[in-house]
Amino acid sequence: MARNVQPAGQPAPQNAMEALTPEDAAGQENFDRIIAKDSRVEPKDWMPEAYRRSLVRQISQHAHSEIIGMQPEANWITRAPSLKRKSILMAKVQDEAGHGLYLYSAAETLGTTRDEMMDALVAGKARYSSIFNYPTVTWADMGAIGWMVDGAAICNQVPLCRASYGPYGRAMVRVCKEESFHQRQGFEILLELANGTPAQRAMAQDAVNRWYAPSLMMFGPPDDDSPNSKQSMAWNIKRFSNDELRSRFVGMLAEQVKVLGLTLPDDEIRFNEDTKKWEHGPLDWEEFKEVLAGRGPCNAQRLERRRSAHADGAWVREAAAAYAAKQAAKQSSTNAQKAAA
Amino acid sequence: MNEARLPEGTAPAPAEGAPRWPLWEVFVRSSRGLSHVHAGSLHAPDASMALRNARDLYTRRNEGVSIWVVPSDAIAASDPDSKGSFFESPQGKDYRHATYYTKSEGVKHL
Repeated sequence: MARNVQPAGQPAPQNAMEALTPEDAAGQENFDRIIAKDSRVEPKDWMPEAYRRSLVRQISQHAHSEIIGMQPEANWITRAPSLKRKSILMAKVQDEAGHGLYLYSAAETLGTTRDEMMDALVAGKARYSSIFNYPTVTWADMGAIGWMVDGAAICNQVPLCRASYGPYGRAMVRVCKEESFHQRQGFEILLELANGTPAQRAMAQDAVNRWYAPSLMMFGPPDDDSPNSKQSMAWNIKRFSNDELRSRFVGMLAEQVKVLGLTLPDDEIRFNEDTKKWEHGPLDWEEFKEVLAGRGPCNAQRLERRRSAHADGAWVREAAAAYAAKQAAKQSSTNAQKAAA
Repeated sequence: MNEARLPEGTAPAPAEGAPRWPLWEVFVRSSRGLSHVHAGSLHAPDASMALRNARDLYTRRNEGVSIWVVPSDAIAASDPDSKGSFFESPQGKDYRHATYYTKSEGVKHL
C-alpha cells in the first residue's frame, strides 16, 4: 500500500534527508513543532513520508479488521437464541461496518483511496487483526468476543483518541463511544450462561478458555519484538506500549471474571507489587506469527467470504450508479423545460 | 498538485477505467438550536443516496435531527501553508477582547 502514498517523482524516504527542498525543511520544522507541542497534524499539513506511510498502514489495517470482524459474529445471527439477542447482534455487526467506514475515510485523507485499500484486502495483500481468523463455534463465543475481544480493542483504542493525526483520533472517538455497548452485551451473554444450566456454564467457560490468549495477543508482539512501536510512540500515534496495554487489560479481566464466576485459563496472573503491573503466563507467539502469515484456522475462509461479498454486491453498486445517472438526466431535462417555458 | 488545497477527506482523482463514487462531507445537527457540525465523509453516487448513507453511518443512535451532505470538491479551504499570513490580522489586537480592559475590574454587571 505504501507505494500508493509515495507520489511519483519524489525521492524515496531514505533519501529524503539528502534531497530536502526548502519547502520540506520548513514542513519538517513545523511538523516537529506540532509533535513537540502534542498538537494535531491535519490532512493538508506537510508530514514526513514515513509518518504518512505508517498511518496508512495502521489505519487501513484497523479498517480491514472491522470489516473482516463482521464475519465471526455474523455467523451466529441466524442462530441467536432470541429475537432480542438477534437484534443486538445485528446492531453490533452494523456498527463494525460503520467503524470500518469511519476508518477508511480517515485513511483516505492521507491520499490512498478506499478502493485501493479494498483491492489490497481482497487480493490478500493487506493485514488485519489476527483475532478474526479464529472460528466462532458456539453461541458463548459471542459473549467471549464482546467481553474480551472488544474489551481489548477498547483498551487499545481509548489512547488512540489522542493520536497525533487528527482524522484518526476523531474516528476513534466515534468508535469508542459505540464500542462500550459491544463489550457490555458480551459480558451479559456470558453472565447469563454462567448462571444457567451446567451445560451452559461449561459452554461459557470453554469460550473464555479459547479466546483468552488470542485476545491478549491482540495488543501485538512483546515490546522488545515490536520494531514499529518506538517510532509510533515518538510520533504520538501510540501512547502506550503493547506490553503496558496488555498488562492493564489482564488486570481488568482478572477482576471482571470474578463477577462472571468463571476462571481465566492462566494460573500465572498476578499483580506485581514492585512494578505495580499485572503479569500473565507465557503466550504462544509462534502461533501469532503463523496466523498473521495467513496460516490461521480461518484465514482462507475469511478472505474468500470478503471476496464473494464484494463480487455479490457489484450489481447493487452498478444499480445505484445507474439510478443516480437517470435521476441526474431527469433533473437536467426538467431544468431545460423550465428554462424554455 | 492542486489536491493539496482540497479540504479534509478529499481523495485523489480516481484511477482510469474504474468508476468511483464521489466523496461527500457530512454535517449533522445534533438537536434544534445547534449548528450542523462536520461528522465525517462517505462515498455515494448522488446527493440523495449520500443523505441515506449518512443517516445509516452517522446517526445510528439518534445523533441528529438534520443532515447536510456537500460534495467534497465543492469546499474551498484555506491553504495550511499560508497559515501565518492568512490569519495575521487579529494578531496584536488584544483590544478586541473584553479581558484587555482591566480598569473596570470589580465594577458590578460590567
